[in-house]
Amino acid sequence: MYKIRKAEKLADKIFLMVVEAPRIAKHCEPGQFVIVKEDEVGERIPLTICDYDREEGTITIVFQIVGASSEKFSKLQAGDAFSDFVGPLGQPSEFVHEDLEKLKNEKILFVAGGVGTAPVYPQVKWLKEHGIEADVIVGAKTKDLLILEDEMRAVAGNLYITTDDGSYGAHGVVTKVIEDLVLNQGKKYDKCVAIGPMIMMKFACLTTKKLEIPTIISMNPIMVDGTGMCGACRLTVGDEIKFACVDGPEFDGHKINFDEAMKRQQMYKTEEGRAILKLREGDTHHGGCGHCGGDE
Amino acid sequence: MADVLKKVPVREQDPKVRATNFDEVCLGYNKEEAMEEAQRCIGCKNAKCMQGCPVSINIPGFISHVKEGNIEEAYKVISESSSLPAICGRVCPQESQCEGKCIRGIKGEAISIGKLERFVADWARENGIKPPAPAEKNGHKVAVIGSGPAGLTCAGDLAKLGYDVTIFEALHKAGGVLVYGIPEFRLPKDDVVEKEVENVKSLGVKIETNVVIGKSTTVDALMEEEGFEAVFIGSGAGLPMFMGIPGENANGVFSANEFLTRNNLMKAFREDYDTPIARGKKVAVVGGGNVAMDAARTALRLGGEVHIVYRRSEAELPARVEEVHHAKEEGIIFDLLTNPKEILVDENGWVKGMRCIRMELGEPDASGRRRPVEIPGSEFELELDTVIMSLGTSPNPLISSTTIGLDTNKRKCIIAEEETGKTSKEGVYAGGDAVTGAATVILAMGAGKAAAKGIHEFLSNK
Repeated sequence: MYKIRKAEKLADKIFLMVVEAPRIAKHCEPGQFVIVKEDEVGERIPLTICDYDREEGTITIVFQIVGASSEKFSKLQAGDAFSDFVGPLGQPSEFVHEDLEKLKNEKILFVAGGVGTAPVYPQVKWLKEHGIEADVIVGAKTKDLLILEDEMRAVAGNLYITTDDGSYGAHGVVTKVIEDLVLNQGKKYDKCVAIGPMIMMKFACLTTKKLEIPTIISMNPIMVDGTGMCGACRLTVGDEIKFACVDGPEFDGHKINFDEAMKRQQMYKTEEGRAILKLREGDTHHGGCGHCGGDE
Repeated sequence: MADVLKKVPVREQDPKVRATNFDEVCLGYNKEEAMEEAQRCIGCKNAKCMQGCPVSINIPGFISHVKEGNIEEAYKVISESSSLPAICGRVCPQESQCEGKCIRGIKGEAISIGKLERFVADWARENGIKPPAPAEKNGHKVAVIGSGPAGLTCAGDLAKLGYDVTIFEALHKAGGVLVYGIPEFRLPKDDVVEKEVENVKSLGVKIETNVVIGKSTTVDALMEEEGFEAVFIGSGAGLPMFMGIPGENANGVFSANEFLTRNNLMKAFREDYDTPIARGKKVAVVGGGNVAMDAARTALRLGGEVHIVYRRSEAELPARVEEVHHAKEEGIIFDLLTNPKEILVDENGWVKGMRCIRMELGEPDASGRRRPVEIPGSEFELELDTVIMSLGTSPNPLISSTTIGLDTNKRKCIIAEEETGKTSKEGVYAGGDAVTGAATVILAMGAGKAAAKGIHEFLSNK
């Protein structure tokens, strides 16, 4: 059993939990994820790692309620436990293995959308700990759905906040901020890392492609085992088939076939898709897949 | 007295009934039937059947006890060589191993060795008989990676020799392919697999689940930081292959691994479990191996009309004859000499059909089987809502790519000596599908057994 040390509601339907998992805390790096299962009958749900404490042996996860399983997770309190918590899965972010001196000369822009702020945080924190300050754009629908603002401010170089409805920070979507920084404020970026809802990543990539900034994105497709066994998470990257769980989750955003990935995602993340699933899954369907992690 | 040339028939669930449930197909012998079947065994001095058994069970020995109705003694004889008899009795390809060599088989039908083994193991379990207690602990720590047939066998054998063994399993449940791959109707999970895993644990073996070696920790860390003196890698061949045809990423296309894992490990067929599974109405399973039969028969039980699409003819089907026979009885449609060209997708990204082409057999290829060749102009469309790709699997590079000095071949299989399981790295042994590529449960067990011997020799001489 993997004990929950802290459980906190960050915003409407968004939760943070600190979980005891010493093996994972010892070996994980930014960019990796875990698979979580609540009890014997539960689903295996992939969640990004938001933070880790090697000494305490804990992993911090952030998730949003999107289905039956994440709804079940959200009811857990400090002192409760997950029956299964496995990882760290996937490849660490590319910069973890890069030459630090070279990295120090690079200007990196992070673009976080919604719950995607959670996986961006450990990356920006890692860079800060290694003497590198990165600029960060955080986008949210509205002020109340903004998460980890103070934490992010503590580790980011410049933090730019934008909300779709203008209730906090700038008014508009993240791509507007990217364009403003590069075209109007004369900022130069060597690399961009964009993590958030698929549609945001798609448009962020269209923008950075136009601006000629190489861009990394992080995918969170449906998965079962998370070790390369089931192939449910397959994606088309360039002209190759890749598995998000073992080859990713981070990929070159300018090579991802977003339209295909979104069609695959529709099967569990849109009303229409869920209706089709309900029909196809019959009595094994449980009202939403519960595969959460940043998209609505 | 029954005909000595024929096997005592084994009771099975009626095909029409079992096509709608996940209960075990084969009901097995009862004691009378087992004793009657055992009478047919001649008890050869130089038993050929034993040579056909990868773990060298003393087959005439255990059968002689069954003849006399002394089932507990029979179980002890089997336990000397195998930790997983209830599993092997169900899933071994006996027709090409022990039973394939049986002298009785020359003139008539071979002794039903598999069904007898199964009966003995089931009887022992139902009567609370445990395998003999292990030797005193010798203080040496060995790590076993993977709790499938190779790992369980290696761990069991080492524990019997007194080693302090810990199995590391990546999934949340022990058993490997026995749990995620082989369906309930062929191999019951709670009653058979879990009980045999418990038996291995009762020998003193510890099992730590949710540890992905190569990620959660590494082979090198196990040896350097956690004090394991030897490591056995039995991590299987878990990566699914796809065909690379258009439409393969459409919604409704699954690897057999995904489909079976959802159903078997995650128990999606049961309403009380949260994981969903596609209940296709018209399903094609591409491939002709045992895994394809398992996927097809699972899809059938979930309510679909199911086609096996295979590019060669019936004679080349790699699946066991018994599995093909069962699949046909249950109503699986075999579209043989048929090869998919494209998966047809509707405007929302879902499967709506598959364009296939008819094949004929040409000259023999490298495998010795006649090569299937397309018949020009024979393309046709199958209307479908689900496609399951069952084209084989390859070893997962997670361990080989994170272990310093561990050599692999070009198929990414770990290179290991057959007799000892020894790899290129000192103290590291390997066996099963991780070494051979996808094969059978019993071959993996044989490799686990060989490696246990290899590790024992290595640590004894250290």
